[in-house]
Amino acid sequence: MSAATVFGLCAAALVGLGLFGVLVDPHPLRKIVAFNLLGGGVFLIFGITARRGAAAGFASDPVPQALVITGIVVAFAATALAAALVLRLVDETGRVTLRSAGSGGGPSNDAHS
Amino acid sequence: MPSAAIVPAMTTAGGYLLVFAVILPVAGVLLSVLLGGRYAERIAIVVMPFGLAIAVAITAGVWHSGNVLQYVVGAWEPPLGVAFRADGLSVAMVMTAALLVPAIGWFARGQFATPPATQSRAATTFWTLLLAVWAALNAVFLGADLFNLYVAIEFLTFAAVPLVSLDGRPDTLTAALRYLLFSLLGSVFYLLGTVLLYGAYGTLDILLLASRVRMDPTAWIALSLMTGGLLAKSALYPLHLWLPPAHAGAPAPASAVLSGLVVKAPFFLVLRLWFDVMPGVSDRTAAQLLGVLAATAVLFGSVLALRQARLKLLVAYSTVAQIGYLFLIVPLSANSQIGHPWGNSAWTGGMLQAVSHAFAKAAMFMAAGLVAEALGHDRIAGLAGIGRALPITMFAFALGGMSLMGLPPSGGFVAKAMLLTAAVGEGQWWWAVVVLVGGLLAGGYVFLVLARSLAAPEEPLTLRAPVPRSRQLLALAVALIAVLLGFAPLRPSQLLLIGRPEAAALGVQ
Amino acid sequence: MTLTFAFDAILALALVAVAAWTTAARDMFAAVAGSVAFGLLMALVWVRLAAPDVALTEAAIGSGVTGGLLIAVGARLRRNGASPGAEPPGAILRCTAAVVCGLVTVGLGAIVLLSPEPAPTLAPLAARHLPQTGLGNPVTAVLMAYRAIDTLLEVVVLLLALVGVWSLAPDRYWGGRPGMQQHEDPNGVLAFFARLLPPIGIIVAIHLFWVGSVAPGGEFQSATVVGAMWLLAMIAGLVDLPPIDRPGVRLGLVVGPVVFIVIGLAGTALAGAFLAYPPGHAKLLILVIEIPVTLSIAATLGLLVVGPPQRMPPG
Repeated sequence: MSAATVFGLCAAALVGLGLFGVLVDPHPLRKIVAFNLLGGGVFLIFGITARRGAAAGFASDPVPQALVITGIVVAFAATALAAALVLRLVDETGRVTLRSAGSGGGPSNDAHS
Repeated sequence: MPSAAIVPAMTTAGGYLLVFAVILPVAGVLLSVLLGGRYAERIAIVVMPFGLAIAVAITAGVWHSGNVLQYVVGAWEPPLGVAFRADGLSVAMVMTAALLVPAIGWFARGQFATPPATQSRAATTFWTLLLAVWAALNAVFLGADLFNLYVAIEFLTFAAVPLVSLDGRPDTLTAALRYLLFSLLGSVFYLLGTVLLYGAYGTLDILLLASRVRMDPTAWIALSLMTGGLLAKSALYPLHLWLPPAHAGAPAPASAVLSGLVVKAPFFLVLRLWFDVMPGVSDRTAAQLLGVLAATAVLFGSVLALRQARLKLLVAYSTVAQIGYLFLIVPLSANSQIGHPWGNSAWTGGMLQAVSHAFAKAAMFMAAGLVAEALGHDRIAGLAGIGRALPITMFAFALGGMSLMGLPPSGGFVAKAMLLTAAVGEGQWWWAVVVLVGGLLAGGYVFLVLARSLAAPEEPLTLRAPVPRSRQLLALAVALIAVLLGFAPLRPSQLLLIGRPEAAALGVQ
Repeated sequence: MTLTFAFDAILALALVAVAAWTTAARDMFAAVAGSVAFGLLMALVWVRLAAPDVALTEAAIGSGVTGGLLIAVGARLRRNGASPGAEPPGAILRCTAAVVCGLVTVGLGAIVLLSPEPAPTLAPLAARHLPQTGLGNPVTAVLMAYRAIDTLLEVVVLLLALVGVWSLAPDRYWGGRPGMQQHEDPNGVLAFFARLLPPIGIIVAIHLFWVGSVAPGGEFQSATVVGAMWLLAMIAGLVDLPPIDRPGVRLGLVVGPVVFIVIGLAGTALAGAFLAYPPGHAKLLILVIEIPVTLSIAATLGLLVVGPPQRMPPG
């Protein structure tokens, strides 16, 4: 069993754990942390694909590596946006929840459009 | 005469237009960030006609040559590099976006361009994000590389989410956060599918993948993961929970963009995956399962729309329902009895539904926005008398509703007729029932609103703010486009056949 | 071989353990600490996978900047005394979720075990065209040459996230300064490090940037170091956060992508395609793009961490 396979199995576990956290944790910020775990697992799958693609004198296929670098940057941007939304929500309501105050046919008299 | 031989990815004449379609709005975004303030609106207004011209040029190029336009970025050929590609499908969506974004932008000037609004946070952000949405949409419709498409849909998400929370109310903040989380989950599954495909076939280019993909478990799992992720982003039942509060809470022009265009992009990618990248990997059961979800969306969304007390929420639930119609393309076209997916009318019907819904829904959100501005609220129970006060607006709403119901003449009618024909022709008559029932329910909620608006009010209606006729006429113009699409012929479109590989192989005319 | 295998196995288990602990953690601080530890362990894994560029990026952005952001957010949540608004979902939902996640893990694990080794790869193609780019680092070649359009769009996406974050400012603070006023002791330990580290950090960043064309390194990593130094100076109160309306800030943010596009368009005229490089000038043009892009990324990362404006605009 090569290093790539070991870390590939690790990646599978990370994806499962991260997904569980995203689905189950009610606190939005912990959902974001779990989402980063999930993303890490997916990037790791890129990594083992790269490692298994070693050829032409490179120890690792450069294309998936570059894609992971792009992905890490995009994931951070997503974390920052989500965090800013959570903070603004807390500033406005004092609570941290995804359950909205009134949904569907709730009585909401003014419409800001 | 469409001839769609699979050409290896090389730049065709006029291919540079594909890159400009993305780079021009991006340049607009950068300039908006640089100059800020009141310049954001002016930059957007300047960019719009050029963006429209580029889209028209791309459409003309594809139509006259009967062949796809391609562009190899940086002269690095796939699989190492990235290519853009405009086939008939792309052109339909690019043109829709290029017509709708300027219309919505012009409509939004009434809200975000009158002083002292010009320098405010909401106005500056709106114009920047509108251009960003346009750039991202073009990147999705013209992209031919799976990872480039991932960056494009993330671009779209980051542009769309702040539009939802633009006015800063707590419920819109919650809606935006939920939208973001659903969207990110969808993107990460799309990405996971992408890496599985790369690991199996060594390329991310759509054309190359199509030639290399075999029917093995990895491809099937990748397709499932990517489809699941994209379904979350396009709010197909049961992953639709985020859409109604998000689209209803956004300012009216933003709702129009979100419901009309943004939600179509993941659907577009599902088509690309099922029919371009991995045709034949999906089996009949999977396609039927997707159809079941689509049918549930149509029925469930329509019923929920009937129960709404607020106009914008009604229109938003209507979007949930109409997205279901779009996904009916899949069971009707995949594993088609005719032998290739684009021969039956489901392909054209579904795309026509996508395009006419874009215009109809945008018009309805514009009308709802004008009503809310005039009355200060959007409670359906309180709409009495608005039909006489804002007749043009309510007429626009009615025309949009006609397309949703499928009444002639309208694009929606032709689209649903073609879907019905395909359902019967394929022997899948159960989808025909869904389409018909969905149309009836849509009629229900549209008439609900219209009847209320034409009722006489208890006290004479005083408008809180005057509504300029120009804005009402703009909503009407957009609704009229949806009606004009009703003059499309009731047979498979030649334009949409351009770029379809099997169409050439089987000599489809 | 068995020693390295044992090391890999232990590293993999540690990574999964930290992830499990982070998921199960009850309070915000534990989750954030777990996050940072996770990022650092991931960087080690990337080294073991022979991907040092990714390791640097993961350590810098995935662990460093993300950790900084989460710590700042956690601190603000505690300061606001935010009460958790919802209880965890019921047992049935948790069990269903656990089953689904278990299936996903098993499925992925199966694919990992059954995938071909060696896998299909683009390494030979990348190697063949590398001399054309004048670069020695193939990952930089992919980022700045072969798939430069992805990098361009991604830099714009990063900027767009900042636009989104800024849009979340309350109306009254629009155009103002982000973050709270820092009242740090100018003779304290933090201020000491904030004077000592940035010059070293800038030298490290320049080295990372320069060497990135031939060895692991590059613009994202060096941009992160520069951004981190700026953040340090801001947190220590040595430098106040600029109001977001200041033209210098705006210029710094967009100069990178603008130069990227301009050179891309020049490529259309001079080399036949957008983002193509005329032969012989590739390395120079890539460098000319990378310098402003590094600056823009550093500014964007720093401003993403400090968040939307929270103080009155000056004057």
